Amino acid sequence: MSLSAKDKEIVKAFWAKVSGRADNIGGDAVARMLTVYPQTKTYFSHWKDLSPSSAPHGATVMAAVTDAVSKIDDLIGALLSLSELHAFTLRVDPANFKVLSHNLLVVLSTTFPNDFTPEVHVAIDKFLTAVALALSEKYR
Amino acid sequence: MVVWTDFERTTIQDIFSKINYAVVGQAAFSRCLIVYPWTQRYFGQFGNLYNAAAIASNPKVAAHGKVIMEALEKAVKDMDNIKATYAELSALHSEKLQVDPDNFMLLGDCLTIVVASQLGKNFTAEVHAAFQKFLAVVVSSLRRQYY
Repeated sequence: MSLSAKDKEIVKAFWAKVSGRADNIGGDAVARMLTVYPQTKTYFSHWKDLSPSSAPHGATVMAAVTDAVSKIDDLIGALLSLSELHAFTLRVDPANFKVLSHNLLVVLSTTFPNDFTPEVHVAIDKFLTAVALALSEKYR
Repeated sequence: MVVWTDFERTTIQDIFSKINYAVVGQAAFSRCLIVYPWTQRYFGQFGNLYNAAAIASNPKVAAHGKVIMEALEKAVKDMDNIKATYAELSALHSEKLQVDPDNFMLLGDCLTIVVASQLGKNFTAEVHAAFQKFLAVVVSSLRRQYY
């Protein structure tokens, strides 16, 4: 299920629309994840406030994903240090990457109801899966 | 026993009263076949599923999407008895159709995304959580008769 040239084109074209609203989208996705999948809150016990003002962290996540889009030809290389962070310091169970991806897809769907077509959906889903895989690289 | 809050009950009833079953059913089911192409294995008799355009315009896909929504409505109408409601459908999917139950949530995810696009900002995190819980109960009920 690796990214074809067509997939990469679609991801880049769609992401050009996303980047203007990346911060809000990221914030919404993280806040949504914490509400819909409360088990993910276990990773954020150091935050006093788990309300929808998870916006700052959402912006951080989205900035990393946007960066990954620009380095789509070498995701493993691009995400090496983030992978080390998640593997050794944060120790997030990699099964959760899929959870955040799903929430991101839902937010993209609410934000871009007409542009988030099935073709765009499958390309973005494949891309986020590849990002999750690259993020899991250093775990073991 | 599933315990539904008042918010969850009204949210689910509300969503299903607002959506057009033919439109949402077709959109969700065709999206599932496009985004997770291995799900096409169960629909060999549906004719041309060769590419996204073919799937999107396939009348059997559209018809079946509506069938799925009507089946979901049964659960919406009797939210305290979803397990019993789906006992027969579960046996059907297991014994006759032989569908890998991991596929149920794939369709569920596509339905979530289509409903999200319909409701836009009204698909808040709380509404989303209620919908996801409803789908989890449906999927669990459909898995029950597998052995």
